[in-house]
Amino acid sequence: MASWPILSVTIFLPLLGSAFIMMVRGDEETVARNARAIALWTSLATFIVSLAIWAGYDPRSAGFQMVEEVPWIPSLGMNYHVGVDGISIFFVLLSTFLTPLCVLASWSAITKRVREYMIAFLVLETLMVGMFCALDFILFYLFFEGVLIPMFLIIGVWGGARRVYSAFKFFLYTLTGSVLMLIAILAIYFSAGTTDIPTLMHHGFPLAMQKWLWIAFFASFAVKVPMWPLHTWLPDAHVEAPTAGSVILAGVLLKMGGYGFLRFSLPMLPEASHFFAPFVFALSVVAIIYTSLVALAQEDMKKLIAYSSVAHMGFVTLGIFAFTEQGVQGALFQMLSHGIVSAALFLCVGVIYDRIHTREIARYGGLARRMPAYATVFMVFMLGSVGLPGTSGFVGEFLALIGTYQVDRLATVLATTGVILGATYMLWLYRRVIFGPLEKEDLKSILDLNAREIAIFTPLVLVVLWMGIYPASFLDGISTSVQALVGQMQTAAGPHSTGLASLLGR
Amino acid sequence: MDRFSFAAVLPALPEVFVGLAGMGLLMIGVFRGDRAFRAVSWLAVFVMVAAGVLVALDAGTGSTGAFGGAFIADGFARFMKLLILAGGALTLLLSLAFAEKEDMARCEYPVLFVFASLGMMMMVSANDLLSLYIALELQNLSLYIIAAFRRDSVKSTEAGLKYFVLSALSSGLLLYGISLIYGFAGTIAFPALADTFANTISIGAVFGLVFIAAGLAFKVAAVPFHMWTPDVYEGAPTPVTAFFSVAPKFAAVGLLVRVMMGPFGPIIAEWQQIVVFLSIASMILGAVAAINQTNIKRLMAYSTIGHVGYVLIGLAAGTEAGIQAIGVYLAIYLFMNVGTFGVILVMRAKGVAVEGIDDLKGLARTRPGLALAMAVFMFSLAGIPPLAGFFGKLYVFMAAVQAGQFTLAVIGVLASVVSAYYYLRIVKLMYFDEPVGALDPSPGAEVTTIIAFSALFVGFFFVWPQPVLTAAARAAHALFPG
Repeated sequence: MASWPILSVTIFLPLLGSAFIMMVRGDEETVARNARAIALWTSLATFIVSLAIWAGYDPRSAGFQMVEEVPWIPSLGMNYHVGVDGISIFFVLLSTFLTPLCVLASWSAITKRVREYMIAFLVLETLMVGMFCALDFILFYLFFEGVLIPMFLIIGVWGGARRVYSAFKFFLYTLTGSVLMLIAILAIYFSAGTTDIPTLMHHGFPLAMQKWLWIAFFASFAVKVPMWPLHTWLPDAHVEAPTAGSVILAGVLLKMGGYGFLRFSLPMLPEASHFFAPFVFALSVVAIIYTSLVALAQEDMKKLIAYSSVAHMGFVTLGIFAFTEQGVQGALFQMLSHGIVSAALFLCVGVIYDRIHTREIARYGGLARRMPAYATVFMVFMLGSVGLPGTSGFVGEFLALIGTYQVDRLATVLATTGVILGATYMLWLYRRVIFGPLEKEDLKSILDLNAREIAIFTPLVLVVLWMGIYPASFLDGISTSVQALVGQMQTAAGPHSTGLASLLGR
Repeated sequence: MDRFSFAAVLPALPEVFVGLAGMGLLMIGVFRGDRAFRAVSWLAVFVMVAAGVLVALDAGTGSTGAFGGAFIADGFARFMKLLILAGGALTLLLSLAFAEKEDMARCEYPVLFVFASLGMMMMVSANDLLSLYIALELQNLSLYIIAAFRRDSVKSTEAGLKYFVLSALSSGLLLYGISLIYGFAGTIAFPALADTFANTISIGAVFGLVFIAAGLAFKVAAVPFHMWTPDVYEGAPTPVTAFFSVAPKFAAVGLLVRVMMGPFGPIIAEWQQIVVFLSIASMILGAVAAINQTNIKRLMAYSTIGHVGYVLIGLAAGTEAGIQAIGVYLAIYLFMNVGTFGVILVMRAKGVAVEGIDDLKGLARTRPGLALAMAVFMFSLAGIPPLAGFFGKLYVFMAAVQAGQFTLAVIGVLASVVSAYYYLRIVKLMYFDEPVGALDPSPGAEVTTIIAFSALFVGFFFVWPQPVLTAAARAAHALFPG
């Protein structure tokens, strides 16, 4: 147990860095150079501090650890209350791990308004980490919504051709969901008299109220996940965002929805979660199959990966709402794995986009001849996305499907077709881009990965393999908290049928 | 009749001071001429600050009446007066540079601010229907003149005239309502009215209530009595618009709250639906109608209408928490609006004031600091956390949820999403678009300071919101004795 406020340091260190960047003076070139350096060092320092969280974390305890509590709004009994448990700790690490990579990935791709860009990313990191650590509902909401501001600017200022449309769509879509959740939070506050998350997790609301609250939470989290049919902002936002923006979007922001289900919907509203589980299963299965088919038809690489994200998140929601230990563990693991793999895939697209300035699949082909290192790296992540054993993607999908199989065979069978479709579109993408004859003129002089890019991809490749080959180092940290959560769900709800079939039978 | 005693007017000391000081300033203006504009303006600001100190010093004495109960100085009145004086002083400071550039630097200008503020201070302290009306008219007369202050501008005179005609109409409605109430209840004193209505309510008195509500709804610019707002906001000189958007709104809201919670408090069932309707209509219209505006002052007019809708949520809740929420909301709104209008006042290109939202294009390139401040105000007006505007909305929605008004809360949050669109559009113009031309350097140190201070307040309100909440809670408690 650390004696210093380790979580607050992790949360606010990036903010401090952005304050430094704001103070940099000089001509544009100097400012840009210093801003990059400060952002990189700050985010690396934050990552190292966050490793200390992992080192000091006790995986045998299901409760919140490294808790800090300071009065914030005393008249309403709201506190600045932060802490981590098995569900949130790896999301904190994921955020701090990806941010320095994002800074590196933007090193030469972002040339205009570098200072503002780096400030936006560091502020974003503060908000993301704060959100995963927050143990007060209003505090959580503050971080959860605050994320919209830097992301809106990142998409809108440094994005592609249709950036304005995408930025607005992203902002308004997610805001609509979130404000409904705000009403639910207020209703909870007046019903339970507190916004303290650990207290609320054991409060127990009446069932009728739970259902309304669940719907309000769902409005917010389903947009974030995103679940079909609320996913349409995602392809737009991904395509128009700069590479690093897509990385954070896919890597961390999509996890906010799944995290929200695990942190709020399940423990606070267990009966309602059981009640709505068949509905979630139905949406997840549709998401997996439908968006996989849509992904097959894409001609834009980023769009294809965006749709694959929706499909992958379908496995996550399946696993969460199976309410079994494997299911929830698998969902969590799948979220972490997807956070790494899809982030890496967007970085891969960024590499060739920086060189050729197009994301159209048909414009590529035969890259393996000129870019062997790139082809290898891309292959690792492509296989991770497909879920090949030995990569991180396999563990998550497998566990989620096992967990689901125990409660609903039909949904599992349908979802598994998504695995096949996933292999199809990813392998096909890989074949069209990497293999085949090298015919395009501008591709004949394309350069392989440079040192900076290798520095970005090496840690990602290592983590994907580590998570695939020895997942225990992550699952150990997760499992105690998940057991506690699943145990709570089962005692609260009793034996309910949760399957798709029950939905059809009604 | 008792002999006049000094103690009987002591609760009204700030008002007496402002009144005498206003006359003194008028004298200086008359004898020194327009050369003394800056001196008189600073003196006027000083008067408002001093009056604020007097109001604040009075804080310990609880609620005391004066003038035979026609005037009351309680915690609620003090809180609202501080807001009014702050709004008046800040917008007067914003005016200085603009007035000098636009040939408005006449001594009557700050003096009218002082008299308008006096009227508003009396409005929130009114404790019977007649002092209410007199205070309101003192405010109105000053405002008509300020709205038309640029005599040579057609738009400004049109704004003044329009405001005068429509406002006179609404005053007529109000007066008619007052006479109905007097006729049916037999008294004009608020406490006596509350006692009367606690026992019995006649249909005639309900009619009177409706007329009074309509008259006051006009003053706060709640839909469907909002039509004058966009035209007056656009036509009036910009610093006057800034003033209109804060201090008179606070006074009118304060008055509305006192009338509804005081004499009509016992018959909340009769007026609650009216306020709910006004609130919903204002939120929706404020959100939707602003989308197509290209003039930033018109846009802010609709924005104000929307915000009045949110404030009315607190009144519709009809609870102490609701009134507290109104206090919090108005305090935050003061800084958001003053800051935004500060930025609008900086918008001058080639020596001419510009008002199109397109003139903000690329501001983040040409004036990064200004653009950042404006972005903070816009996100805050949209209610995005962690900025101050979020806390204002949080409190009114909290009051609504606590009072069981879920429909109101849900409509409110959805309207806030719609309104986020046009606030974001300003951010988009500043940050996403390329600059078309550069703005002139800031017109004066006062404006820059006020913008910076407001931005810091709005941006860092979340760190320690408790003082504002406590002050608002104390104000609300004054209306709920016991």
